[in-house]
Order: sequence, then structure tokens, then C-alpha cells
Amino acid sequence: MPTPKDFNTINKQTWCPGCGNFGTETALKGALAELGLNPEKVVFVFDIGCCGNGNNWYRGYVFHSLHGRSIPAAEGIKMANNAEHVIVIGGDGGLYAEGGNHFVHAVRRNIDITCIVSDNQIYGLTTGQASPTSDLGLKTKTSPEGVVEARLQPLSLTLAISEDTSFVARGFAGDAPHLQKIIVEAIKHKGFSLVDVLQPCVTFNYLNTYDWLRKRVYKLEDDKNYNPENKMLALEKSFEWPIGPNGEGKIPLGIFYKKDKKSFEDHFPQIQSVPLYKQEVKVPSLAASFKEFY
Amino acid sequence: MAKTTKAAKIINKLSWKMGGPAGEGIMSAGMIFAKCATRGGLNTYNYIEYPSLIKGGHNTYQVQVGADEVFFVSNKINLLVALDKETIDRHSQELNPGGGIIYDGEKINLDAKDYPQIKLYSVPLEAMALERKNRLLKNTIALGANLALLDYDLEILLSMISDIFKRKGEAIVKMNTDAARAGYDYIKNNFKADFGFKLEKMSNQPKMVISGNEAIACGMQAAGCKFFPAYPMTPATSILHFLKAKERDYNMVVVQTEDEISALAMAIGANYAGVRSATATSGGGFSLMVEHLGLSGITETPVVVVNSQRPGPATGLPTWTEQADLRFLIHAAQGEFSRIILAPGDANEAFYLTAEAFNLAEKYQIPVIVLSDKLLSESYESTDEFDLSKVKIERGEILSDADLASNQNYLRYKITASGISPRSLPGQANGISDTNSDEHDEYGFSTEESEMRIKMMNKRFSKMEAIRKEIIEPKIYGDKKAKITLIGWGSTKKPILESLKLFKEKGIVVRFLHFTYLWPLPEKQIKKILTEKGKTFILENNHDGQLAALIKEITGLEPDHQILKYDGRPFWPEEIVERVRKFI
Ligand SMILES: Cc1ncc(C[n+]2csc(CCOP(=O)(O)OP(=O)(O)O)c2C)c(N)n1
Ligand SMILES: [Mg+2]
Repeated sequence: MPTPKDFNTINKQTWCPGCGNFGTETALKGALAELGLNPEKVVFVFDIGCCGNGNNWYRGYVFHSLHGRSIPAAEGIKMANNAEHVIVIGGDGGLYAEGGNHFVHAVRRNIDITCIVSDNQIYGLTTGQASPTSDLGLKTKTSPEGVVEARLQPLSLTLAISEDTSFVARGFAGDAPHLQKIIVEAIKHKGFSLVDVLQPCVTFNYLNTYDWLRKRVYKLEDDKNYNPENKMLALEKSFEWPIGPNGEGKIPLGIFYKKDKKSFEDHFPQIQSVPLYKQEVKVPSLAASFKEFY
Repeated sequence: MAKTTKAAKIINKLSWKMGGPAGEGIMSAGMIFAKCATRGGLNTYNYIEYPSLIKGGHNTYQVQVGADEVFFVSNKINLLVALDKETIDRHSQELNPGGGIIYDGEKINLDAKDYPQIKLYSVPLEAMALERKNRLLKNTIALGANLALLDYDLEILLSMISDIFKRKGEAIVKMNTDAARAGYDYIKNNFKADFGFKLEKMSNQPKMVISGNEAIACGMQAAGCKFFPAYPMTPATSILHFLKAKERDYNMVVVQTEDEISALAMAIGANYAGVRSATATSGGGFSLMVEHLGLSGITETPVVVVNSQRPGPATGLPTWTEQADLRFLIHAAQGEFSRIILAPGDANEAFYLTAEAFNLAEKYQIPVIVLSDKLLSESYESTDEFDLSKVKIERGEILSDADLASNQNYLRYKITASGISPRSLPGQANGISDTNSDEHDEYGFSTEESEMRIKMMNKRFSKMEAIRKEIIEPKIYGDKKAKITLIGWGSTKKPILESLKLFKEKGIVVRFLHFTYLWPLPEKQIKKILTEKGKTFILENNHDGQLAALIKEITGLEPDHQILKYDGRPFWPEEIVERVRKFI
């Protein structure tokens, strides 16, 4: 059985002490071990950002792509090898801003990849600019008077994109065991899964700290009546977010919504028995094409 | 009354044009005519002009028919099939004396006095179509009339009609067959057989009628390309359409992406996972792909990209032709890395070079660009069926599970003499690695060390040495010893080859040097020619003389004259002769 350590590399980690990425790393590696996956059975597709620097600290098939472009790279990998688990790890900047278009369409496709967003509500690697998920009023280098653009609610967005988005969840890097449970379910889920992880950035985000988050988070599953198959309820919950100068309000965590649905790859009979990469590359007869030309 | 002696007819040499409003089936009617000719053993070249809109603009479909190989269309025509007045207004002056116009005299009023040397054949196309309760039959009636005028075998058209409409049922086949026959009979019954051109079946094996884009798509199928993500953009779109329609025949997965950025990202992802994958676009889409070209470069992930050029910048002239992306592609993306650019000149080269692009990409683990343009991509030519035994598959160094089992310290970016490091594929035990867009060490981990940076840059560039040995020198056509040399690349091949016939008729001895490998630039042949005695002309469909400048940059030599054209139209063979003659 693999252990979380099997996913470690020899490299020294350079995230800031206390960085939320550590919590996410513990949860993700724990989840992979819990699922009994060996490192060669997982492709980690990293975006560019502090989170993306994780490419040096995860053992497995690692593809470190471009800023905002990890999702389409992952989609290509998945279509080529649908036997492999493909996990995207990217930031709120990369996946919701630069790569927002890819995000929207991956959700529509319901392609079977797991998207873990290190949502620190800030651009970390570029030293602290506002991100789409920054709270209103957050002062950053690009918003010295405070952010004026409305916060993007990534879960609401995802739920709203298509009629039945298939897996939407939120975790907290300060609660790795709970996050691990969510990630296990996300990886097991067939179809697109989003795990938005609230990750304090201890260096550039002075507002959304561990303390600030801890005071506000609660678990959806603590309410026995919460039903993650109820789309409208999930949508309603997804809008719950602290507002106002003191950030009044709560933040739900857990699996908001989950639905079994045919995933993108399943629409292609071409790859149902043998993944594309295992199909022999040889010159076929072109009779089916040539007949068009007479 | 003087007895008219029967003038000898010109047989199997015809320049034909059909024109009409966009969206009224001119394209398919023109294609049917071309296939009628090739089914009868004749050769054709088909050039199409259309505006970037769906209804109401003006479309033309021009076909050059010949007993021998025809390379291109002429700027003069012999028969004009006009489905509206605009076609006559725009194109009647292109008619050679003795040429003819087929038109609907009940809709278009022509005064024979205005067309002194032209024969007018009025056929009530619309009335005959409406009699059959289907306006669209106009084209079929016109095709039938057209064959009668050319005294060609109607049965060929009827068999084409049945092949095309079979799927829609017997009734549709019969309706079209009757319409074609009615058009045919109308000419035979109402006009003397006085048109000076005639087509005759030949016993040759019929050739294919295929566009550059279809040849590129076939090249992908032949190469075992299994994943094709793309976003539509004229003039590359028909590659996507063709591959999608055939995807299940070849177990290929074809995906319409959200944009060109994702198209190339997905293609790179699939190649990384071990699947031959390509995408296709035009310059606008390629501009969006640029950052990913560099991703392929630094991660050493093979990928094939087709760029079918159209006149830019920005939206430019969407449905016209230009060769102005060459310098852009040579340098596209930040930083420096190895790449290969191939520019086929005809359907045949488009097929084999596209197939070869996958070998080059995988052997050298680099991006390979196939450079086409509207002229090549969307013109149809008759050509022999491609010889699949000439397509080789060379996947380069991909490690097997057994290779990896004996290798406990696999290094994805191992420094080697060739610069090529064997690849592992996701899923393989012992092949774990970091395929990293950051500069990296041999394993793939990010590094910022000076020494490793230099090693990796040198490794990636050392591949160029082997590539330079493999690239193919430009080919010489015409009289090898000629003192006048025309130089071209990509799609200008066809009009230039046709112009060689005209030079010959005029007793001017000319040869033609045609580049298909553009980057790295093969230097030997061009250096030799530019240092020999004689006059050299470079012909390019761009404003800047991009290949001329490249040749100068690399060899220090330059052709004597640049003949450039950037109005979206291809060179006409007659125009080439005229422009070259000014300098000789
Ligand atoms: C095309 C491009 N634009 C900009 C950048 C610079 N850049 C690197 S990371 C980053 C934002 C990082 O923010 P986020 O995605 O939230 O990741 P984090 O660092 O917070 O984990 C930016 C703008 C880049 N690498 N590429
Ligand atoms: Mg961030």
C-alpha cells in the first residue's frame, strides 16, 4: 500500500512557513495513499503560481504547464490516457482569471479530472495582487484603496455554468483531515470535480488568515438534512460568504453538490476499451477518406 | 448562303468558371463538374473565390481542365456559367474570344452586340427548375447544359448525381437526374454545336480531386494521429470538419475546443501522454497558441501545428490568400528553442509532409509547424492516390516498460550527445518525472543554476545538428541549366509551375527552385544558385519578401528581384511571365 510519503520528492520546500499549500499537500497526498494509488498512476498537472511550485515536491507524473493553462493540458492528457487519474493543482489567479475560459468549458464538458484550487484569494508568486476571489476592500499592491470588483464565487459559478455540474466542494487548508475526505470523494467521482481550498497566504493576504477563516467555517454535513444532490440548495449555500467591513457571516465547507453523469470521455467509443496511448500507431488503410475524392 | 465549314474544336483544354451568389451551391456544383472531368480521366485544378459571409456575396469556382497535368488556373476563361448578372458583369471580360456564357436569358438581359466575340447560350434555368418545384435544381440544370455544350458524356454526370444523392433517396436522385438531362437536352435542341471547346473521356485511371486541407487531414490519419483538438478558423476549418466526420474510421478523438490556446495545450498534453496529436488554425489562432509553442519547446514535448495563412494582420481578409506568417513563426514565443517549419506546395506534398511532421516532432521532441495558406488549403487539384507504403512511422525514443524496469534512476531530461532524452509515458512504473515549463535539471526539477541552464539550452539546441542533416534541399523544376531562376516556397509552387509552360511557349528558358523545408533553412542549393551567373527572382505572396530576407540573413546573398503580391489573390501564371519579362 502506498503511503503519503511515497509522493514526496527529495527537494527542499520553499513555501513560506505556515503557507496554506502545506495543508493542501498533506490532504492530497493522504487522499492518494488512502485510495491506494501508486505515484505512477497519477498525473499532477500544475499551474504557475506558488501552488504550481509544488511540481518540485510531488512525486508522480508531473506536468508543470503555463499560467492559467493547466486545465486544457490536463484534458489532453486525460483524453490520451483515460486510465490515469489526472489532478490539476492551480491558484485562484491561474484557474479563475487567466484560465477562466478553460475552467468554464471543462465544467461544461464534465471531463473526468479533479481540479484542486489553492484559493488564497491573492496572487502569491507575483507578490500580492488582487485575485478574482479577493474580498471587497482587500488592500493589495494593485488595489491600494481596497478591491472594488465583486468577489467571484467559484462554487456558484461552477454550479451555474451547466445544468448539472457534477462535483463541487470546498475545503480548508487549516483542516487537512476534512479536506482529505473531500479530495478522496472528488478523485473517486467520475466527471469534473472542483475542490476549492481556502488557503491562507501568510505573507500577502493579511485579511483571510487562519484565524479569520477558523471563526467562520462550518461543515455542511453537520446538518443532517443537507442533501448534496439538491442543486438549488447547493447554489444557495454557495452564495454564503462573509460580507461587510468586519466580514460578518459564515463559510460552508464540504461537498456542496454531487451528481452521477456521463463524463466527456464516455461519449467516445474510440477509447472505451483501450486508451488512445495504448493503441498501436501504424499506417491505416485510408480507403474511408480516399473514397470522398472521386 | 455561305456554307459554314466546321471549325476544329479545342479538345481537353478548357478554362471554366461558374459564378453566382454565395450560399447557392456554387461550390458543390463546381466540384461536381471537376469530378466529372477527372472521372473521365482528365486533370483539373480548382480555384475558389468567396467572401467572408454566408449569403448574398459573390462566389466563383474556377476549373482548369487538361489532358496533361494542369498546375493552375489561367486568368482567362473559355466558358462562364453565370447564375446571376453580377457574374457576367465581373467576369465576362475574362473570356477569351470564342468563349461562351451559359446564363438564364429570362432573368438576365444580355445584348449580343455587347459581347461581339462571345457566344451566348441562354437556358431558362429558373423556369425549368420551378417547373420541377425546386429552385435549387438550377445548378444541376446548368451543369447538364454545360456538359452538352462541351459535348461531354452526360452519363458521367448522372452517375455522380446518383453517388451524391443516394443517401437522400431514390426520389431525389431521379429529380436531379431529370434536371441534368433537361439542361443537356435544352442545349442540344436549341443551339448548333458551334462552341469551340470540347471535353473527351480519356482512358487514364481517374485521379482524386482533393484540397490541400484534405491532404493534410489524410496525412494526419496516415501518421496515426489519434487526437485532434481545434477551434474553427478559415482557411484551416475544413481540416477539423474532415477529421471529425471520419474520426471513428480511424479511432481518432476530435474535439472542438473553447479557443486556440486550449487546442494547443490539449495537443501538447496528449503528446506528453504518448498520443500523436496535432491542431490546426490560421494566423489569428496561431497568435493565441504562441506561448504554448514555447511550452512544447522547453518541456521537449512533440507536437504538430498546422497554420493555414490568410492575409492579416488581425482579421484581415479571412477568405483570401497570403504568405506573411513565415517570419512570425520562425520566432514565435519568448525565448529560443528548436523548431521545424515545413511548407508543402501542393496536395501531394501536403500529405507526405504532414505525415513526416509527426516523425520529426517525435524524434526530436519539438514543435513542428506545417505552413499552408488559403490557396493550398482550399484549392482542389487532381492527383494520384497517395502511396501509403511511402509513409513511415518513426516515434523516436520512447522507453518500454522493460527499458524502465532496468533503469532505477530515470531522468527525463538526461543530457545526451544528440540532445534527445528518451521519454517515459504516464502510467509506466519507474518512469516518473517532472515535465517542467520552468528551466529544470535532468530529472525535471526546477533550477535556476547557471551551469544547468546552459547545459539545458545547449542540449535543446544540439538537436538542430541532426535536424539540419535531415532537412530536404529545395527542389529544382524546369531546365536545370537555365540562367533564369524563379524561387518560391509553399503554395506559389502551382502557379509558378504553370508559368513554366508559358515561358516555354515563349522560348524563355527558366527553372524554378521550390522550398518546402523553411526552418531550419536548407542553405546549400540556394547558396549555389545565388553565386552562379544568371538572374534570380523570388516570388512571394507577401509585402516584405520574407523568405528573401531570411535567405539574406542566413547566406549573406539575395535574389536579384523580388516579385511580391499581397492583395489576397494568388499569382496568375500569365502575370508571373509578364512581371519577370520586364527584367530580362
Ligand atoms: C502568461 C503569464 N502571465 C503572468 C504570469 C505571472 N504570474 C505567475 S504566477 C501569477 C499569479 C499567481 O496567482 P495564483 O494563480 O493565485 O497562484 P498563487 O501564487 O497565489 O498560488 C502570475 C500573474 C505568468 N507566469 N504567465
Ligand atoms: Mg492565489
